[in-house]
Amino acid sequence: MDLQKYRQPDLINHVIDDIKKHTASVKFMEVCGTHTMAIGKWGIRKLLPKKIKLISGPGCPVCVTPSSVIDELSKLKKVTIATFGDLLRVPGSSGTLEKARALGLRVEVVYSPMEALELAKQVETIFVGIGFETTIPGIAHTIKIAKQQNVSNFSVLPACKLVPPALEALIAGEETKIDGFLLPGHVSVIIGSAAYNFIPQKYGIGGVVTGFEPLDIIVGIKKLLENLDQPQIINEYERVVTKDGNKNAQAVMFEVFAVQDALWRGLGWIPNSGLSIREEYAQFDALKKYGLRITDIPENPQCRCGDVLQGKIIPPSCTLFDKVCNPQNPVGPCMVSSEGSCAAYYKYER
Amino acid sequence: MKDKVITLGHGSGAGLTRQLIHDVFDSQFHLPALDDAVHINDRIVTTTDAYVVQPLFFPGGDIGKLSVTGTLNDLSMSGSKPAFLLASFIIEEGFLIEDLRKIVASMQKAAAEAGVKIIGGDTKVVEKNKCDGIFITTSGVGFIEPEIDLSAKNIREGDKILVNGTLGDHTIAIINARQKLGLEPPPKSDCADLYEIVQILLRSGKLRFTRDATRGGVATILNEIYEETGLGIIIEESKVPVKDSTSAVCGLLGLDPLYMANEGKLLAFINDADDKLIHQLQEHHLGEEASIIGEVTLAVKGVYLRTAIGSLRPLLMLTSDPLPRIC
Repeated sequence: MDLQKYRQPDLINHVIDDIKKHTASVKFMEVCGTHTMAIGKWGIRKLLPKKIKLISGPGCPVCVTPSSVIDELSKLKKVTIATFGDLLRVPGSSGTLEKARALGLRVEVVYSPMEALELAKQVETIFVGIGFETTIPGIAHTIKIAKQQNVSNFSVLPACKLVPPALEALIAGEETKIDGFLLPGHVSVIIGSAAYNFIPQKYGIGGVVTGFEPLDIIVGIKKLLENLDQPQIINEYERVVTKDGNKNAQAVMFEVFAVQDALWRGLGWIPNSGLSIREEYAQFDALKKYGLRITDIPENPQCRCGDVLQGKIIPPSCTLFDKVCNPQNPVGPCMVSSEGSCAAYYKYER
Repeated sequence: MKDKVITLGHGSGAGLTRQLIHDVFDSQFHLPALDDAVHINDRIVTTTDAYVVQPLFFPGGDIGKLSVTGTLNDLSMSGSKPAFLLASFIIEEGFLIEDLRKIVASMQKAAAEAGVKIIGGDTKVVEKNKCDGIFITTSGVGFIEPEIDLSAKNIREGDKILVNGTLGDHTIAIINARQKLGLEPPPKSDCADLYEIVQILLRSGKLRFTRDATRGGVATILNEIYEETGLGIIIEESKVPVKDSTSAVCGLLGLDPLYMANEGKLLAFINDADDKLIHQLQEHHLGEEASIIGEVTLAVKGVYLRTAIGSLRPLLMLTSDPLPRIC
């Protein structure tokens, strides 16, 4: 795909000129961490009029993974922990997996759950199942293959999350006044744009599904402005997202997993926003296999990651930002994840 | 330093590595310089480097070729002519002698092509699982003309910043081979001896400073230069050469070619670089995609990237290895 056509300065400036014609002061939330990084990386905030505020949402799977997941994994001495790279530096209550690995914990970075399954054919392996709808079907598929191949050394710690229930909790909480959402492109490939229809119907707020190129994001903002009076869900990422999403992926997801309440770091328990492994696949459930428990552990009270994730503040408003908390010494998960809002502000917008 | 144990991040070549060198090594050794190669006197330059890559064999090279070209490049960047190498091997019990033969032959080929002699070394064998197949350390000696002085203190406002080709190729080749990503055609490492490229730059009479962009990538070097000289730098994203295939994988994994390791790319600071010099580089097979990517300027404090859409944003030094993201 030729991405250059989504990066043309002339085109982008043309859309920015249109945006500048709108007079409303608005607050839009980009739900997805990849959008947050793209906004920083492309310097988009600086191109927009000051009356348009972009705030980050809870869409970084690493940021919302409870510290108890790190703590529980750190106790596993005789099993190899297979994880995506960006979980390595997320602090639990007593350190990171990266530092625990230096002290002897067996941790392997993998690029896919199938790689973890291959590892399990050699050593007892637990795959850390974090992520949103984008990654869940791949994890579900791997569990199915593990069952077909009868790989007894393999299990998954189910800490996956669902985006729409989190958005609903955020809107219903009414603490963050949001005028529109930039909706996540990758997640929407799986769930489809129609999955967000409840937002305008129930709450009168619009949303635009967009991709991650600068033109995608800027056109998304323009569409949100144009539709403030008639809020709706618009799919501006039609090159990969359909109305109903990927039905096969959804089917495999719900064949292996069942919906349940989930604990989000910084946000607390959100109804119907997580997944548990169904009874038919219980032999691959690491929670049962190793007796692990995901619990709500009090965080550092000065860390405002929870408020950042809910869009109540922007990262520089946290008193720890760039003083005590930086990528070398992250206090909260938003500073450590490559998709985290604080990391994006630190890296691109100080 | 705050950390109590070594983590992989301390070997990243980025901020944590610098902190480790400063706090642990330099505080005891009081090193004369923290450059990749050091002067013994005004005629002799030396360097040493350890190689621990996995997999050992990858498209475009192997640990043997890498262990020779990497050390030769450290010498070449000083402006010296590499002459001799020493090589030490730490080999794991059970390692195939046939593979060792291949690695050693690859080293000899790379050294011979550079007109360099491998004159000695050492061999140790450790128990199974005590090292990852094979580790190689090479040390090199080169000779330099006394009048050549390529150091960061020579850099001036207005100098142009140049790279000799596409960035990130080595890292992507290694990730693809290690993780079996199945990219077709498999991306090749850019592993190469850069002596001739440095010589072209030297002959122009305009070269102020050059360094090969290995661990930490171009962005780390630029930040080191800023810290050392206090001179601001602006890089033009649209001028940075990156293969489309590399760019696509980086997009997928959340990696940035400006922070990724290269094994056949250098960054050069040139006084008044012109089209003629770029043309000379482009005539060499290791400089076909040479490009001026930015400029030293007092207009900014720090290292900045002008994005392809025209905005200006800081290009910071990373503290540790960039990690592939989840989605």
